[in-house]
Amino acid sequence: MSSEWPLWEVFIRGQHGLNHRHVGSLHAPDAEMAIKNARDVYTRRNEGVSIWVVKSVDIAASSPSDKGPLFEPSNSKVYRHPTFFSIPDEVGHM
Amino acid sequence: MYAQLVKSEGKKSAEEMSPEERAFQDRVDRGEKIEPKEWMPEGYRKTLIRQIGQHAHSEIVGQLPEGNWITRAPTLERKAILLAKVQDEAGHGLYLYCAAETLGISRDQLLDKLHDGSMKYSSIFNYPTLTWADIGAVGWLVDGAAIMNQVPLQKTSFGPYSRAMIRICKEESFHQRQGYDIMMKMAQGTPEQKAMAQDALNRFWSPALMMFGPSDKESVHSAQSMAWKIKIDTNDELRQKFVDQTVPQAEYLGLSIPDPNLKWNEEKKGYDFSEPDWTEFFEVIAGNGPCNRERLGARVKAWEDGAWFRDALVAHAEKDAARRAAARVAAE
Ligand SMILES: [Fe+2]
Repeated sequence: MSSEWPLWEVFIRGQHGLNHRHVGSLHAPDAEMAIKNARDVYTRRNEGVSIWVVKSVDIAASSPSDKGPLFEPSNSKVYRHPTFFSIPDEVGHM
Repeated sequence: MYAQLVKSEGKKSAEEMSPEERAFQDRVDRGEKIEPKEWMPEGYRKTLIRQIGQHAHSEIVGQLPEGNWITRAPTLERKAILLAKVQDEAGHGLYLYCAAETLGISRDQLLDKLHDGSMKYSSIFNYPTLTWADIGAVGWLVDGAAIMNQVPLQKTSFGPYSRAMIRICKEESFHQRQGYDIMMKMAQGTPEQKAMAQDALNRFWSPALMMFGPSDKESVHSAQSMAWKIKIDTNDELRQKFVDQTVPQAEYLGLSIPDPNLKWNEEKKGYDFSEPDWTEFFEVIAGNGPCNRERLGARVKAWEDGAWFRDALVAHAEKDAARRAAARVAAE
């Protein structure tokens, strides 16, 4: 008869100006309770200024086996990093 | 420790491993973190569920002996501190349950296993807290022993477990310090207060040593867990460290460790000490400690008494979702 509360992923903005960061998950019956629980579970020491919660089932994730095809293409594009180009000292800071 | 006597499987040699198992072991050896959706040996997954689950249960059951004194703390400040400490333990339990759940077991399944006795919690929480000094001794010794074990586990191979340990360790030293602070106050108080502090140390010393579990130098379970980096030090190493760290702290308090064999050993640069009574340990694990029935009874009662409330919140959430959906349709 009892149904388990759904799982929520919790994201906290640590300070103004920073991104929300994933800190963990928790169970709660609805979004409102999830935010209240997140306050108690993840911000007991003033760790945040804002909380997002999202149902874990609503998160789409890349699969670990796709790691190669997804991320390897960027390996060969070293020119995306500024250090690829050498600029003569005389030019000054760039 | 918080996870004692966790059954694993015998350690496999490189030849016995499948190619997947070997690749997995290489990742662990390189210090890579294993994440929930990635391939892992079934034994790794099962052992971790047992270990993290037992750890989580210990945090939750561990609230009971201390909760016993919240209403009777000697000052309002002490009460507020103890309340915050016990709330932290609830938080620690929740971080750990979430880590265990990423391995494919549900929260309710974990709780069922606690309630039916098929999963254990640390033996230490089956001892009573008889006086206020016991609250000092628990923070100082029990949280102190927990820290010994948890600090190395921050480097464990399973990502969610490691991250839970990092959060927990950040919060844990408050726990130990508040306990020691109570002990200092008592030890520097009236002769009666000092006697209470000594009595608390007398009763908690040996159970605290048992927290690390019996010697596992020769255990094949431990060898496998260590290869997987879900166990970092042997039980004896951690126990030795704990004793070496705690003796000077007791000396500062002017209290004596209740062990006539305790003696500094210059050669090993550590203390020699008596083994705790392992017969007592196995009795407590088997359910026959002074408070086993009371502790488990309190958990089961809380779970059963809360069932209607958990269900009511689900019913409310479902109604609310239906109402919102209807309003959306009406607006279109
Ligand atoms: Fe603690």
